[in-house]
Amino acid sequence: MRIAALVRRIIKQMLRDKRTLALLFLAPLFVLTLMYFFFNGNTVQPELGTVNVPESLAMALEERGMIITSYGQATEETVIEEDLDGLLALESGRMTLTLLNDDPSLAKNLLAQVSQTVLLASGQTQPIPLEIAYIYGSSDTEFFDVLSPVLIGFFVFFFVFLISGIGLLKERVSGTLERLMATPIRKGELIAAYLIGFGIFAVIQTVIVVAFSITVLDVVLVGSVWHVLLINLLLALVALSLGILLSTFASSEFQMVQFIPIVVVPQIFFAGIFPVEGLADWLQAIGRIMPIYYAADALKAVMYKGQGFSEISGDLLALVIFASVFIVLNLVVLRRHRKL
Amino acid sequence: MNASIELKNVSKSFGKKTVLQEINLSIAEGQIYGLIGPSGSGKTTLVKMIVGIDAPDSGTVRVLDVKVPDLELLNEIGYMAQSDALYPELTGKENLDFFASLYPMKKSHMKKRIAYAADLVKLSGDLGKKVSAYSGGMKRRLSLAIALVHDPKILILDEPTVGIDPELRVAIWNELFHLKSEQQKTILITTHVMDEAEKCDQVAMVRDGAILASGTPAELKRHYGVNQLEEAFLKAGREQR
Repeated sequence: MRIAALVRRIIKQMLRDKRTLALLFLAPLFVLTLMYFFFNGNTVQPELGTVNVPESLAMALEERGMIITSYGQATEETVIEEDLDGLLALESGRMTLTLLNDDPSLAKNLLAQVSQTVLLASGQTQPIPLEIAYIYGSSDTEFFDVLSPVLIGFFVFFFVFLISGIGLLKERVSGTLERLMATPIRKGELIAAYLIGFGIFAVIQTVIVVAFSITVLDVVLVGSVWHVLLINLLLALVALSLGILLSTFASSEFQMVQFIPIVVVPQIFFAGIFPVEGLADWLQAIGRIMPIYYAADALKAVMYKGQGFSEISGDLLALVIFASVFIVLNLVVLRRHRKL
Repeated sequence: MNASIELKNVSKSFGKKTVLQEINLSIAEGQIYGLIGPSGSGKTTLVKMIVGIDAPDSGTVRVLDVKVPDLELLNEIGYMAQSDALYPELTGKENLDFFASLYPMKKSHMKKRIAYAADLVKLSGDLGKKVSAYSGGMKRRLSLAIALVHDPKILILDEPTVGIDPELRVAIWNELFHLKSEQQKTILITTHVMDEAEKCDQVAMVRDGAILASGTPAELKRHYGVNQLEEAFLKAGREQR
């Protein structure tokens, strides 16, 4: 079986190249961890103002590492003037937490801490309902939680794109691709073997990145982990076929790297890290032709909003179409080497 | 004798540059046919068209009476490219295994063929080494072994003896003679070394994308009234101008 022979060869080559393997598997974890620390930087102690809050609750909050300042009376202006991160007020049995929210990750952290403490302090008997108010922004502005699904998808895309592209490029530059064309191998078999060979490594990478994000980095995952894997695998397939395709238009590894700012970086902008809604219509339309846009949309839906398969099926279909188109184009460009 | 390789009015140009012009060539079965000419004369393009990895702009190429390109036909062609197309991360054995497994062969037969091909080029002892550790000559020999591994009827060897030491070159030529006489293989070889051209049954002198003259080495020397094939080549070149 020719495909099997090719797949075995690709795997052997990859396993001999330890540094590339490390790049594929460890680099995403490294960068994700770095991002995690930056966006969840909790070295600053949040400053919380309190009005009419029971002493026991204030103590519990202080124990969690907050700086508590008690006020007789306070409004939103107080929060801004006193440079507080939030204000917790108890008025006629109603607990209100006003968050400054100039730094969404800090505000989110503060909210989680306060609501937990309030819940614990009120005991089993009757939890005091906590009302949340925001001075800037709203509850939607939670940064790393929105960012991390996008980042996971992006890293899967980026590294698979680069490594598969350079893999086929090496074959082209060294003359082995032409040599293969002098054997009775079919072009479809060659593409299939590349998709399978590198696909195996893409699957391993995807599993590692997703597992690491969820277990070690504690990224929010409301929906199903299987859906997350499915989305990433489809995205990896798109990256794989696009990487192989674009390697046709590069004549060296360096030229392959030059595709990064042209093909990869623009996709970050449309992936949902930055708000797309405010853009001009034609710019938004550009986002529609970017694979990461759909993957990020689906990943956010599953990981952050906890939506199910039916909500993401449109995005998945888009990824399947991307991959199919790229695979067909691959077969077309291989005609350069042999007509059959 | 039947023609195993036949080219009719084959032309090819890259952009404005004409690489091959109206080439007609007929190579009989069981012959060693040499294409001689300086580098850049179009030899490599010519052999690539015969293999089917390059297409002519006009004209037809037929190998074993089948129009090129044809996938089935490639089972009968052993091709050795001018530059060694090998996987440096893999060992010599793994390279041979890989290329052999692209052809329809039984496992046991494949093993025998690999052993035979490796022994022929005196690489049996070095098969366990990675190709990245091979010398230039060893890579050349491995490429030749790969071209032979599936027992093709036709061997197309593009500058096979470049970088190979004289002793091994003699050994390889002896094996080519053997393949021709014992197994009726047709061998097309390109070279720019004249003493190798002397060993061929037929030679064609290629220059600037055209065949200046062809025939047996003896015929060519007689035709131009010279003692050396090299002189015949130079004379033919002068006449063309």
